[in-house]
Amino acid sequence: MELTGAQILLESLKKEGVDSIFGFPGGAVIDIYDELPKHPELKHYLVRHEQGAIHAADGYARATGKVGVCLVTSGPGATNAVTGIANAYLDSIPVVIFTGQVPSPLIGNDAFQEVDIVGITRPCTKHNYLVKDITKLAQTIAEAFYIARTGRPGPVLVDLPKDVLQQVTPYSYPKSVTMRSYNPNTKPNSKQLKRALDLICKADKPLFYVGGGVISANAHEELTWLARTLKVPVTATLMGLGAFPGNDDLWLGMLGMHGTFAANQAVQECDLLIAVGARFDDRVTGKLDTFAPNATVIHVDVDPTSIRKNVSVDVPIVSDCMQALGGMKELMEKGEAGKGKCKVHKQWLTQIAAWKADHPLTYNGGDNPEIIKPQAVVETIYQLTKGDAIITTEVGQNQMWAAQFYNYHTPRTLLTSGGLGTMGFGFPAAIGAQVAFPDKLVIDVAGDGSIQMCIQEMATAVCYGLPVKIVILNNGYLGMVRQWQELFYNKNYCATCMDYAPDFVLLAKAYGAEGFRVTDPKKVKSTLQKAFAHPGPVIVDIRVAKEENVYPMVPAGASLSEMLLV
Amino acid sequence: MSRHVLSVLVENEPGVLSRISGLFSGRGFNIESLNVGPTLERDVSLMTIVTSAPEVIIEQIIKQLRKLVTVIKVVDMNEHKAVEREMVLLKVNAVDTTRAEILRIVDIFRCKVVDVAADELTIEASGNRDKVEAIIDLLRRFGIKEIARTGTVALKRSAQ
Repeated sequence: MELTGAQILLESLKKEGVDSIFGFPGGAVIDIYDELPKHPELKHYLVRHEQGAIHAADGYARATGKVGVCLVTSGPGATNAVTGIANAYLDSIPVVIFTGQVPSPLIGNDAFQEVDIVGITRPCTKHNYLVKDITKLAQTIAEAFYIARTGRPGPVLVDLPKDVLQQVTPYSYPKSVTMRSYNPNTKPNSKQLKRALDLICKADKPLFYVGGGVISANAHEELTWLARTLKVPVTATLMGLGAFPGNDDLWLGMLGMHGTFAANQAVQECDLLIAVGARFDDRVTGKLDTFAPNATVIHVDVDPTSIRKNVSVDVPIVSDCMQALGGMKELMEKGEAGKGKCKVHKQWLTQIAAWKADHPLTYNGGDNPEIIKPQAVVETIYQLTKGDAIITTEVGQNQMWAAQFYNYHTPRTLLTSGGLGTMGFGFPAAIGAQVAFPDKLVIDVAGDGSIQMCIQEMATAVCYGLPVKIVILNNGYLGMVRQWQELFYNKNYCATCMDYAPDFVLLAKAYGAEGFRVTDPKKVKSTLQKAFAHPGPVIVDIRVAKEENVYPMVPAGASLSEMLLV
Repeated sequence: MSRHVLSVLVENEPGVLSRISGLFSGRGFNIESLNVGPTLERDVSLMTIVTSAPEVIIEQIIKQLRKLVTVIKVVDMNEHKAVEREMVLLKVNAVDTTRAEILRIVDIFRCKVVDVAADELTIEASGNRDKVEAIIDLLRRFGIKEIARTGTVALKRSAQ
């Protein structure tokens, strides 16, 4: 049967199991939109800005583990999506982005709404395509989804010239994809696994340091089993929160710049660091030469470039985290390693318990009857939800408090922009997560600065009845930058005061949503309860302590041992 | 710092050069020379990249190249016995008093004169990098007006 390019695209999306598309139309993609109503299986969510579309597709992908799909037009539609593409790239999130392009004969002529989006996104996609030949369209779409979801996941962009969308060709969708130039290795070397297990068993002070790779590989159960069986404490990066239960005795909290005292001390003192699906980012390691100075390092990562990029590694294991951790579990169950031969690390666990007790995550003034502490708000959200919610965050102080004062028990319950640090991510990501899980409580922990970067998506949330809860920790500042100015720039609060913010309650109402304001610490809990029970989208504007800082803090470039505490 | 010659087989499709050069510029890797040409397979090109960096960075460069979806294979020629060659075209001032001397050098180095004018000669030379550098150095005193170099290409030596 002959189909048009637009029809091929939509049929192929169905073959890939896509149910939701986040997009915004324009001249170059009208043919797709013309066809869309004939495909009720594909639900399209019209956003209000293309950045919202890509973040929503990203949020959908993070919450489900499936590939998110975003559809935008050529030129400005495509460039507006670039921030979100880079965001997905740095956090290894599987997203396929379809961009319209001017008709192929016009490409290169500076045509109306033409931009070389394949050129622009080359460094921030896992791969990208310009489809010039309609007979290659179906194959290209299949490759795009295959590349996005396999190996180290990431965004793949497919640029579709308007004439290709209009031409016709016989359609058949490839049953499977094989590419001679792309064969991600996901299976671990079993000798290396055995070596790793032997090292863990012999170590006096072993430590798991896990990242987003554990979550994207769905390896949380294997990790939890190994940690509990071997009695090895666990710390995680921001991206790794949720990979290990946040209420387990072996849990140390997040490490790095705003990590817990116990986690950072454990890194500095451990004799064996087992890095799984993490990439030794500068926000995690602090000063590299002094990072984990006594540790033998095991590094499991599906991407070979992550290994030995920043630190030297004693046991490199190039593998999908699930296959590696599952393989270790299997070896132990077969009795080939581990069982009965392992040290119990008793002294180490006692030491860690002491660090936790001496310097727990804390803040001053939680009992102040006048001022709401932002950390207390996050704690209250945790009390009310018991961890049974999807939390998204914006970027900055709100993000760090959401990471510190909420316990994530299961993967995919914290959706946050880790690598790129994109303000404006949290709200559209929450929309994407809510689309995937209509019955779940989805909460965007926001700041008064970040929320204004994608606030236009209120219309999307209201339009589709997506009951996302936005909790604004409103301190009237771009708080994290202000914190740096306070600590490292002589309190020169240049351009960080956000005095002229809108009335967020009225703004919510203007969009047809509900809005609440809280200024009294005693009303935080009851207002949040009311908001969470409300059937539609809500903004809760909480006026919090203006100059509160995120602690602990390791100043940029300092060693993890040099923490500023409360 | 060590100099490595990397043979990179790539899919011959639009944008592939930009993917490779973008990788080097975006990550701050150095390119000493880069040569691209067709292979016996119509849809495969061979890029020969010469780069200098500390060994850990070379390891990153090779891994990053392998990670590119359009790259089929990367071979570090430093790990093999390989033949390396580069060609250079040189346009050299050649007046009556110097012409004979230049031709002698051309002869010694087994180069070729490929174009002649009243006051200049165009010389084609090839060899490994040291030889090419040596010719250029020797001809410099006569005045090199223009130079075009291909960059290095390399092949593994046959097993003996």
